[in-house]
Formats: sequence, C-alpha cells, structure tokens
Amino acid sequence: MTAPVLEISNLSVAIHGGGDRAHAVRGIDLTVGANEIVCVVGESGSGKSVTAQSVMGLLPKGLMSVERGSIRLQGEELTSKSDAELRAIRGQRMSMVFQEPMTALNPVERVGNQIAEVLEIHTDLDARGRRERVLEIMRAVHLPDPEHMIDAYPHQLSGGQRQRIMIAAALVLDPALLIADEPTTALDVTTQAQILSLIREMQGRKKTGVLFITHDFGVVSDIADRVVVMQLGRVVEQGPRDDVLRRPREPYTKMLMASVPSITPPKRAAVTGAVTLETRNLFKTYGKRSFFQPKARVTNAVSDVSLSVRRGETLGIVGESGSGKSTVARCVARLVDPSAGTIAVEGRDIAALSESQVRPLRRRVQIVFQDPYRSLNPRRTVGEAIIEGPMNYGLSRDDAVKRARQLMTTVHLSPDALERYPHQFSGGQRQRICIARALAMEPVLLIGDEPVSALDVSVQAQVLKLLDEVRQKFDLAVLFITHDLRIAAQVCDRLAVMQKGVIVEQGTTADVFANPQHPYTRALFEAAPGRHQEFGGG
Amino acid sequence: MADAATTGPTIAVAPSRPGASTRALRNPGVIGGGVVMVLVVLIGLLAPWLGTIDPTAINPAARNRVPGAEFSIRTDTGERIKMVARFGTDSLGRDIYSRVVYGARVSLLVGVVVAVISITAGLFIGLLAGFFRWLDAVIMRIMDGLMAIPAILLAIAMVSLFRAGVFAVIAAIAVPEIPRVVRLVRSIVLGVREEPYVEAAVTLGTPTAKLIWRHVLPNTIAPLIVQGTFTCASAILVEAILSFLGIGVPPEVPTWGNIMAEGRQVFSLYPHNIIYPGIMLAATILAVNVLGDGLRDTLDPKMAKRV
Repeated sequence: MTAPVLEISNLSVAIHGGGDRAHAVRGIDLTVGANEIVCVVGESGSGKSVTAQSVMGLLPKGLMSVERGSIRLQGEELTSKSDAELRAIRGQRMSMVFQEPMTALNPVERVGNQIAEVLEIHTDLDARGRRERVLEIMRAVHLPDPEHMIDAYPHQLSGGQRQRIMIAAALVLDPALLIADEPTTALDVTTQAQILSLIREMQGRKKTGVLFITHDFGVVSDIADRVVVMQLGRVVEQGPRDDVLRRPREPYTKMLMASVPSITPPKRAAVTGAVTLETRNLFKTYGKRSFFQPKARVTNAVSDVSLSVRRGETLGIVGESGSGKSTVARCVARLVDPSAGTIAVEGRDIAALSESQVRPLRRRVQIVFQDPYRSLNPRRTVGEAIIEGPMNYGLSRDDAVKRARQLMTTVHLSPDALERYPHQFSGGQRQRICIARALAMEPVLLIGDEPVSALDVSVQAQVLKLLDEVRQKFDLAVLFITHDLRIAAQVCDRLAVMQKGVIVEQGTTADVFANPQHPYTRALFEAAPGRHQEFGGG
Repeated sequence: MADAATTGPTIAVAPSRPGASTRALRNPGVIGGGVVMVLVVLIGLLAPWLGTIDPTAINPAARNRVPGAEFSIRTDTGERIKMVARFGTDSLGRDIYSRVVYGARVSLLVGVVVAVISITAGLFIGLLAGFFRWLDAVIMRIMDGLMAIPAILLAIAMVSLFRAGVFAVIAAIAVPEIPRVVRLVRSIVLGVREEPYVEAAVTLGTPTAKLIWRHVLPNTIAPLIVQGTFTCASAILVEAILSFLGIGVPPEVPTWGNIMAEGRQVFSLYPHNIIYPGIMLAATILAVNVLGDGLRDTLDPKMAKRV
C-alpha cells in the first residue's frame, strides 16, 4: 500500500480559557489512504469537527491549539507550518466542504467566480482558462446548464446545487485530501442521497482521500470505506466499515448502533380509541391579494389536509423541508390561524375561534418544539416554566408546584432541579422539561414538532422512549412531525406523507413502509440513508 | 402520579456556571469604566466637602487668575479668607475648580435622567410596536417624525418657549433619543416574539400582558442596558454642546459646557478655563463608553457564544 494521504498521530488539541474540558481532542490516531473514504462518526462534543479543523489549520485562534502530535499530509508535517505555508496548501492539496452551503458561499458573488477564486490564487491561468476549468468542474459535479449557472448568485440555486458548487470549488484543483464536515446534514434526504453519490463519484475520479465527518450512521453505512468512532475527544474504535457496523467491539459503539432506530416498523395493533383530533380540508395560505397589492404572490403552505388522531395513537407526518408539516402542527396548536377548513379537538371546532375564545381550550393541545435550547425562557427557572400553564388555568401555586414535582419524576429528572435555570441542563434534559411543561396542562393531544431532531442519537432514543411512556400513561393522542423515516417507523401507528403542502399518502405505518403507493413516498424511502443496513434499535 | 413504574433513575444536572452579572464584573472594560464613573459620581455627590467654595460667587478682584494663584474671598460671615485657585479663575473671578466639581452634578443628572427617560419610554413604546402588528406602522411613522427633529433645534425651541433650565435641556435631549430606543426594542421584540418559548407560553394560555411581562421583556433588557450607557454618554456630550452654544442651562449654573463657553473668548490667554472641564468631560464620556462596551460583550446574547 502507498503512503497514506493523511496521517494523524497522537494528536491533542487543547482548549484555552476553561470550559468543562481541557482538551477537545486527546491522543488520536487516524489515517486516510488515497481513494478511501474514512467516516469520523460521533455525537456532539466528540471532537470530530475539531479534528477536521486542526488538519486544515482552522482552529479558532486563541480558543484552541494543537498541543502535541503530528498531522502529515502526504508525508509532510502540517503542525509546524506557518499560516502562509498552510494557505498555499489549502485549496490546492487539501480542501474542505462545510455543513451549511448557504453561509459557506458569499451571497453577493457569482458562484462561478467563487470557484474561479481558487484557481486565481493557486494557478497562473488567465480569465478564459479559469472559466474553462470552472465549466469543466461544474459539468463534472452534474450541475445543469453550467454555461448559464456559472453566472448565477447563490440564492438562485437550490440547497443541493449550492452544495455541488462547494464540492466543485473544493475539488477544482484535484486535492489529495477532501474534508467534508457534515456536508449533507442541512439537506433533505433525497438531496442528501444525490450529494453522497456525487462525493463517491468525485472521490473515485481522481483517487482522492476523503475524511467525512458525520453523526449519522445511515450515511456512514452508505459511504464509508473505514469508520472511526469518536467519543469525548478520543477514538473509541476504528476499522473497516463492515467490521465496525456489523461486529462492533466497543460498548460505546454498540450503544450508538443500538440507538439508531430500525427502519423496519414493528407490528402494532390498530388503535380504536375515540377520535381526539380531526382536521377537515385544512388550508393555510400566505400572502393575500389586497387592494394595494393586486399581484401579491399567494403560497399554499398547507392545502386540503384532512387527518385524524385517536386517543392513545401516534400519527406521524413525514416530509421534507417546505412540505408544510410544521404548519399543520402550528395550525392545530393555533399558533397560526388556518385560512380555511376545520380543526376539531374532541369534537369541538377551534379553527375559526378568536384568540380569547380559543384560550380556555388551549390546555387540551400542547406542543413540544424542535430546538431545546430555545424552547425554555432563559431567564425563568424550570419550575416557573412548568407551573405557569396550570396557574393560568386557576390552579394554586402550591398545587402547581406539587404537580410539577410529580412530573419531574415522570420525565426522570430530579424534582429538586425545579429551582435551576435552563442553561444548567443538557439538550435532552431540556426536552424532558418541555415534555413535563406540556403534561402539566393535562392535554388530550400532544404535538411533537421534530422533538428529537436536534438531539444526539443516544439521547434521541431516550427521549423517544419517554414520549412513548407518557403517551401510554396519560392515554394521549400524539401528532408527531418528523423528517426521519427511521424514527417515524418506530414511533408512529399511522403515517401521513406530505409534499408541497399536500398529503400524498396516508395509512398505517406498516402498510406505508411495506407498500408505498405514491412515487414521492417511494423516492423518500429510496433516499433514506443506510436503508440496507439493519441497526440494533427497534 | 409518581408510581414505581415511572420513578426511574433521575439524571444529574450540571453545576451552575458563572452568571451574566458575575462575568460582567470580571470584564476589564466594566471594571475600568465603572471605577471612573464611581469617582465622577462621588465627586458630584461630595462637591461641598472637596475644598470648594460657592461656584457662582463672583469675585471681580480676582479675575483670570492662572492655576495655583492665591486670591482672597469674602465668606458669608463677612471675614476674608485666602485660598489657592487650583484650576485658576474665570473672567468673572469664579473659582474654576469649584465650578468643575459642581459641574459633575449637572452632567451626571442630565446623562442619567435622559438615559432613564428614553429607555423607559422607548421600551414601552417599542414593546407595543413590536408585539402588536396593527400598532406597528402607526408608532414607527410617529417615531420617524420625531427622529427628524435635531436635538439642538428642539432645545432652542424649548428654551424660547419655556424658561431655560436643566429640565428643558433634559427634555430636548431625551425626545430625539426615544425613537432610537424604540427601533432597537422593536427589532429585539420581533425576534423574541418568534422564539419557541414565547410560542410555548401562548399554548399554555398565558394572557398577552403576562406574556410580554414574563417572556418578552426580560429578554429585551440586556441590550437595553448597553444602549442606556451609550445614551447616557451622548446626553452628557449634547448637554455640554448646548451649554457651550448658550442654549442650555443658564450660564451662571456651573456645567462643563458653560465653563468652556465662558472661557472661549480668553482661550489663547487663559487655556485653563477650557482644559480642566474638557478633561473631565472627555474622561467621563470615555468611561461611560468603555463601560457600555464591556457590558455589551458580557450581556448581549448576540455577542455571547451560545453553548
């Protein structure tokens, strides 16, 4: 075997200025060979992104620095290089693709120029030669109509196209090493599948070594040659993909794999409780034509959505971003006013009620949001957050506190933590608090708007388990919004698949998974990362 | 509710991190600016006990004395005493040192009162504009109108309409300052209103007034404290400008601007008339601004890294 493209040995990165750890990365070894994709997988705080940044020499100045160890690119030591020497290497011999293609591109510069910039810095091609090379690489990453798109601005492109531009800019000089830091995390599953296959293809073209950072085991199983599992700044386990994924040795790897929900839905008995929520022909349109703006554009965020949830049942709404699934949830919670249709909660239509009419009914429908860091008021204690709702409905402070203490136990948190402020809790703990806050209202319908999407996979599994516990315990109807088919498979009794504001398919989870009817549903399943890999959960 | 099945293992909660106020008190800008501000406040409060004489007492026999010169004055009881004019005297023989020390009172009063008035009024109006969409356009157009009035023009108008005095000056400076605060508050409220914790409170049935009081207002305060310090600094400066131009506080009242205006004609001969109040003014404004910068670094959530 030839010398590896990237060789990291005994690398430690120190964090300056306190924090809960002294080192972001501690004594890690890893190599990336030519023509090889190495996936670094780990949860937040594992040090996977710091590893990538230290290779690129992009560690945040003053906050982190390489303490010891070596990073060799094609045998050449990088840690002792000056900034100027590193600049010459970056872009030419190693390059990076970031997570968020919108913010990684300059919004006021044509995309063609942004690719050409790399050539301008590192080659002596003239303007025509550069344009030629840019067109060539744009064709190679399968961008449609490159002659036209080369002069487009980033906002005129879709997310997937932007990420293709990023990849084109990274690969235009055929670097030996490509570092991809969660390059598909911000993308929809169908786009993600295309970008993954593109990275595979481009990597094979020039035998590039790829260091691929991800948190998603599905992506790992689709793209990796070798896998490096990291936890709290250390490498826990590494090896060829099939060894690590099929025969994990370390308990941490096993635990992570077991936390990934299986894509095969379990057998579920049909739920026959009373109907708690029923929407009929629900519409939500944005932008209204008015006297002043007769040509205003009208967008149907939700059109003609009819669905129902029974007591004790979980209905999943799955779809990609912009499908209107969250808007349905927000209409049902009356956070936005529906434009037309009915929303019956326990038989009573709340769609057309005014704010003062709907307030007494709000306790029946509670919602848990996606971002645990923004769902709790940072300036109020957790206890105040939980007792606020019941006290709005006339419960005395003492009784509300008593209820809050019981609920903290229900969500497996210490009742004494009620005095604490939200910043003292982790993401998963905060989501438990949000669930307790919702339960304090004794709702009949609980809406989860991507409630676990912002959480690490092991925490995800725990919070999903808690949601299932409280559903059974309180006999709740649950409306579960998610983009993740694996979670939907495990959590939902029935599924509604949404695309562009319309429900394209609805049925029991088992039926939809076994026999998807609509082409869009089939495309979603096709794109689900790691669909051929069976994981431990479920 | 807490039966055996649900009483699972409870989860450890992270220990407390230093709060925003603790972090603010460790910031060098906050410490440095704060110390100077405390000194200026002490000077203002303790003015009668700092070896000063009546700052308005005219002494025609001792005009335009240079710093360090001796002169004698007649006290209330009629006896004459000798004293040293530390900062010299002005063209009416008034002791500049005493005037500068007493001048701190007016400057601080104007700075603090303008900051409090404009922040309070701006907060109230801004909350309304940010939270109630139907009020937004009306309020903001009125604010645009107010913003078009220059402080100096308003001061001239107020002084010619009413008697010249500290409160006319405060009103003249505060009014054009309010729209700036309103804009700031409105933009913060527009963001906070969309935060999930506010939406969660809506689904908890929290009435609108409580919603604003508990959830929106506390999360608007931090950037406002910062804005308040900058408003304070600019008010002190504008007051000095107005006094200097002779359209602010009456000339016999000792303010830094008045002292400098008084000394302007004889500046080339007796620069001490302008230098000492100038140093105080510059030091105070620098201190307030440094304090504000330090507070912004520690309090403003946009500047703080989200952990």
